[in-house]
Amino acid sequence: MSVSELQQGLAREGYVADDRLAMALHLAQVLGRPLLLEGPAGVGKTEVAKALAALRDTRLIRLQCYEGLDASHSIYEWNYQRQLLAIRAAEGNASEDQLFADKYLLKRPLLEAISQDTPPVLLIDEIDRADEEFEAYLLEILSDFQITIPELGTIKARSKPIVILTANGTRDLSDALRRRCLYSFLDYPDKATELAILKARMPAVEGLLARQIVGVVQALRKEDLEKTPGIAEMLDWAAALSGLGVNDLAKSRDEVRATLVCLLKTAADYDAAPPEVMDRLIGKVA
Amino acid sequence: MQVTRFPSRADGLADRMSGFIAHLRMNGLRVGPRETGDALAALAAVDATDRDEARQALCSLLAGDAEDWRRFDKLFDSYWFNAGKQRAGTAQNAHVRVQSAKPKIWQDSEQGDGAEDRHSRNDDATTPDPGEGEAEGTDGKLIATRTANLNRRDLRELMDEEALRQAEAAALSIARAIRDRRSRRRKQALRGPALDMRRIQRASLARGGEPLDLFRRARPPRPMRIVALCDVSGSMTVYSRVFLAFLKGLVGSGCEADAYLFHTRLMRVTDALRDHDSIRAAGRLSLMAEGFGGGTDISGSLESFLAGYGARALNGRTVVLILSDGYCTREPQALADVLARIRRKARRIVWLNPLKGWKDYAPVAAAMQAALPHLDAHLPANTLDALAALEPEFRKL
Repeated sequence: MSVSELQQGLAREGYVADDRLAMALHLAQVLGRPLLLEGPAGVGKTEVAKALAALRDTRLIRLQCYEGLDASHSIYEWNYQRQLLAIRAAEGNASEDQLFADKYLLKRPLLEAISQDTPPVLLIDEIDRADEEFEAYLLEILSDFQITIPELGTIKARSKPIVILTANGTRDLSDALRRRCLYSFLDYPDKATELAILKARMPAVEGLLARQIVGVVQALRKEDLEKTPGIAEMLDWAAALSGLGVNDLAKSRDEVRATLVCLLKTAADYDAAPPEVMDRLIGKVA
Repeated sequence: MQVTRFPSRADGLADRMSGFIAHLRMNGLRVGPRETGDALAALAAVDATDRDEARQALCSLLAGDAEDWRRFDKLFDSYWFNAGKQRAGTAQNAHVRVQSAKPKIWQDSEQGDGAEDRHSRNDDATTPDPGEGEAEGTDGKLIATRTANLNRRDLRELMDEEALRQAEAAALSIARAIRDRRSRRRKQALRGPALDMRRIQRASLARGGEPLDLFRRARPPRPMRIVALCDVSGSMTVYSRVFLAFLKGLVGSGCEADAYLFHTRLMRVTDALRDHDSIRAAGRLSLMAEGFGGGTDISGSLESFLAGYGARALNGRTVVLILSDGYCTREPQALADVLARIRRKARRIVWLNPLKGWKDYAPVAAAMQAALPHLDAHLPANTLDALAALEPEFRKL
């Protein structure tokens, strides 16, 4: 699959990828290296993985990172209950080899991902929220695609998963992790790209309305806001407007005001965009 | 675009690629021999004769963070397209983390001031600056006035790099002194030094008495919070630049800090000080400092602080810092009353007084006299050294 084929394939799944992102995804598949995606919230970092999994028709295994995430939640854990039951059932005759066997192993997302027959897409979401120790666990998996379990030995990957990591700068990632990954930075899209995204996701939204929605959102991003609306917010807003039967933003001020909650997620931002400001933005676009 | 002519002794792509990697390394990217091999492999996977494909492929392979990502095109062109092998940035030591260009809030207008210049600036805090003579206070008349001075002053002019850095450092050490406090009690925790025997025993019942699940306990952090209220009225003009840097240090120190400025009115500046966008921050502060260098209404400002922010900003772990000289236009009793009310909600009140460092200073100002019984500490803050010396005092609080 070449880069342009990949790009078209993603577009069929409703994901508009720019050239650089498509290239990074292509390389990630060809070279078998993990891909680190950075960028502001709501620009479609997580969606990439979903679209890629749909395109390749494989499983998407997702690991959502959080503070305090540890190996037993992300890699594997022994099923103590079953082991105890087995010990009791065997009346003390159970040998250690039997107890630390595959069937007593609870597979968590990372182990699950490397023990699939067809290569899945492994999404490690918001890696910067996990602790640094967890990053160190990841290094072995990401470079060699193998997991070492002290009682069982090293488990090698049956197939190399396509790994996508996302981060948005909660914490600086270590150099070791960055060096093992391909890198791509996703920014807010330009007008044409955003229009294409809206069209791909919501074909029902008419030409004029689509242009107005994208224009207003693009203008809002330049305003001084606490939380800049991302693509997800833009799509929510478009869905809300088309659900209300709006055809022209300039003619339906009340609906615009009422649906603004889709775009602006804090009280301060909501106050920063009073009706006059919205009128000005809409006027500029129309 | 002109393609770079490589010397004939360079043989093949591999040699040029290692030259490119060296060029990137010289410009601060963290790449090495391993990346050379990877880059060649990546080129094999794409159409290497297509300029854009090659560029994109190498970019996603070799860039490590957003900063590299943005600079990559320039570096690529400068090597492969004959823009010369100049260094696009300054050479970095390969082991030093490349600092992403985060703008500083206060940028000194004149770059690279000499060492002796810097030296003379250290005592700026003590000598009144003739440039700010229009405000009362510099010519010895320390009389508070009620007139609001509506000159818009750009606060950047009131800052200079060296004094700022020292004041920030002092603020950081103070913040550190009170930040790392832990509770006396142990609570359940994911990781901790002590085992929670009671919980382990309880959970072992489910496992037939085997203590399989280990629970731990740790002393959770109970950081102190700082609320700093800084007087920027006329009598304080000469100190305000240092105090603003001090506030910025507190707010940026990673501990919970809240900063306010007051003269005849009170405004919250925490967000403005925290703003990464230097231009916007300076703009916001200038707007807020309308009336900067006018009269003082300490008790009125404290009252509006208490009414507007008190419920949210104050709790049993809060240290209230007041940076003021205590010259107030209102009757002293009002100040005593409002301090008593703050005292009930906050843990400590510390008054940093620039005048206290003066020789033979006695708190004779009526407002200061009234305030003293309600303060936990009344400390001098007229020089940077005095600010730096506050740290042990704060350790005791």
